[in-house]
Amino acid sequence: MAIIQQTIFIAALGAVAWLISRRVGIIGRTIRLGKEENRTDQPGKRLSIMMRVAFGQKKMFDRPLIGFLHFAVYAGFILINIEVLEIVLDGILGTHRIFAGPLGSFYGVLIGFFELLALGVLISCSIFLIRRSILKVERFQPSRHREMTGWPQLDGKLILVFEIVLMIAILTMNAADSALQDLGSAHYPVAGDFLISQWLKPLFSGWSEGALIAYERIAWWVHILGIFVFAVYLTYSKHLHIALAFPNTYFSRLEPKGEMKNMPEITQEVKIMLGLETQPADAVVPERFGAKDVADLTWKNLMDAYSCTECGRCTAACPANITGKKLSPRKIMMDTRDRLEDVSRNMLANKGKFVNDNKSLLGDYIQEEELLACTTCNACVQECPVLINPLDIILQLRRHKVMDEAHAPGSWNMMFQNLDTNQAPWKFSPGDRFNWASAVTDSGPEGNSTAS
Amino acid sequence: MAEMAANNETPEVLFWVGCAGSFDDRYKKVTVAFVKILNSAGVKFAVLGTEESCTGDPARRAGNEFTFQMLAMSNIQVLDMYNVKKIVTACPHCFNTLKNEYPALGGNYEVLHHSEYLQQLIDAGRVRLQGGEAFKGRKITFHDSCYLGRANDVYEAPRHVLEALDADLVEMKRCRTKGLCCGAGGGQMFKEPEPGKKDVNIERIEEALQTGADTIAVACPFCMVMMTDGVKNKEKEQSVKVYDLAELIAQAKGL
Repeated sequence: MAIIQQTIFIAALGAVAWLISRRVGIIGRTIRLGKEENRTDQPGKRLSIMMRVAFGQKKMFDRPLIGFLHFAVYAGFILINIEVLEIVLDGILGTHRIFAGPLGSFYGVLIGFFELLALGVLISCSIFLIRRSILKVERFQPSRHREMTGWPQLDGKLILVFEIVLMIAILTMNAADSALQDLGSAHYPVAGDFLISQWLKPLFSGWSEGALIAYERIAWWVHILGIFVFAVYLTYSKHLHIALAFPNTYFSRLEPKGEMKNMPEITQEVKIMLGLETQPADAVVPERFGAKDVADLTWKNLMDAYSCTECGRCTAACPANITGKKLSPRKIMMDTRDRLEDVSRNMLANKGKFVNDNKSLLGDYIQEEELLACTTCNACVQECPVLINPLDIILQLRRHKVMDEAHAPGSWNMMFQNLDTNQAPWKFSPGDRFNWASAVTDSGPEGNSTAS
Repeated sequence: MAEMAANNETPEVLFWVGCAGSFDDRYKKVTVAFVKILNSAGVKFAVLGTEESCTGDPARRAGNEFTFQMLAMSNIQVLDMYNVKKIVTACPHCFNTLKNEYPALGGNYEVLHHSEYLQQLIDAGRVRLQGGEAFKGRKITFHDSCYLGRANDVYEAPRHVLEALDADLVEMKRCRTKGLCCGAGGGQMFKEPEPGKKDVNIERIEEALQTGADTIAVACPFCMVMMTDGVKNKEKEQSVKVYDLAELIAQAKGL
């Protein structure tokens, strides 16, 4: 019996490892479809940002209660994994609570601590589920946010149910274990009652040894297989943020938020036009200005898309979205990720090469109206707890619309024309630029009137 | 500036007026107020006058990198010709572009927003607020501009300037990092808003009116337009005024 369990366990572990490594490879290759951009300068500063924002979850505490609950789930997730190590070793070696012997009485303390975390996860996830399903927090509602229709809505709830089931499994497993210890069952060495699960023991009063063993085993398998399935599932889900939050914050932008990246390919052309440079013989004309599809964006834009957990803080802060425009920064990120997943499936089906599917991020996923509604106010960038930058994508798509497709609202074209001819966005004569100065002299200058 | 250069004089600072400050009737008053403050503080400053062009910000945000770089390059040529080292501007969009985006094109200057410059003048004792209107007890709320606040982390300088007025500074619910845009950034100033249920400036003005302030202080020409329109839309132009920081300081000094 034991050897069958061990075999099944090792096979499951191997399958999970294979599935995850395959998926990690695919996501890694997909992110690398993006353009080069150096984000490795100032490693000290980057590390400190990662420690504060990802490890310390600094931005989550903007909303203290939710920040605390989220931290409970996060701490539980990281620390309970130490117990998973024991479970995995037990599974492979066919042992039971392998750490109980070597750790002695400290083992009980440790499991008690894990149980406390498990209870924290259980309570927090239940509250989150209530917020999503019953309290109907505005930013999660598909009726108000079209990007939350269908799968994203289900995905969010599924993850919470998953975690709740896992935590119930581990707590009741420990309770059944304690009950078995009390009965002096052969395979259940005495480790003492545990901090939280001792209160669940009454549930098992009157159960036979066989029934208790069966429950303990089932709960053990549900817990560990649940974790395996969860680990694979998260690579397909918004829940990937638990891993990508770390690199994503590390590689985040260090420049002031207001700064737009320069386009050196344009600079050269402008210099030639102004007579500052001559046309070099090896001049390469870029095949595309701005971004039309995911491969035109940078790898960091693409990592941003995979790091998004669809919390919608960006959208809730977006002035365009608040006032009912079509733009939702969260949708920009989700569309980018959906397109990436499409491209990655396309590549898998075509031996690693992308075959043109006549689709693009701009047009088939993100519409012009969304781009045009953006005020570039950076509220979305400011809000993101894992430092995603939706604005950077919006602006690159705008560049494509205007420079490559030569498509802009008429009033913008008028503004461009004014800028080109009279160096102001409005139709004023450049010669009138200094007329305001007469108002200073009219009312009597004080001292320095040579301001010209 | 040309005059100063011809006389071999070097200004302390170049005042970058910007297009709104030069052409927009409402914002020209801000330009004049700021110049009066500079004069009364004895600051030796220069302006480019007709040699100034748009920084290119609206073109760049709208996606027209070509027009942006044409304007930026010629501005850099002019600024470098006069060997300009330090710039102050009353427009957060000019401020952001000159400060953060010109270096990539070879234009490196020390750039200050007029809120920062005014704070320096007040702290140094060069601007003293006496002789004019009294603000004591009046409620003022400050509307954060995106390109000053989030874009460049300047939140305190404008508030310090307002505190010097000794007025009662009240904050809107969404302020500083959470400040709500006026709706004009990113090229929106130059086009109709996309279809929606409300205009952004109306959403913002409602919040500003909720504070009960009789003065809405702004520090940006676009915010000025949007907030003023918002006040008109709510038919409150008799009881609520929108002023730039420089205008308030000039009023307090009786300039």
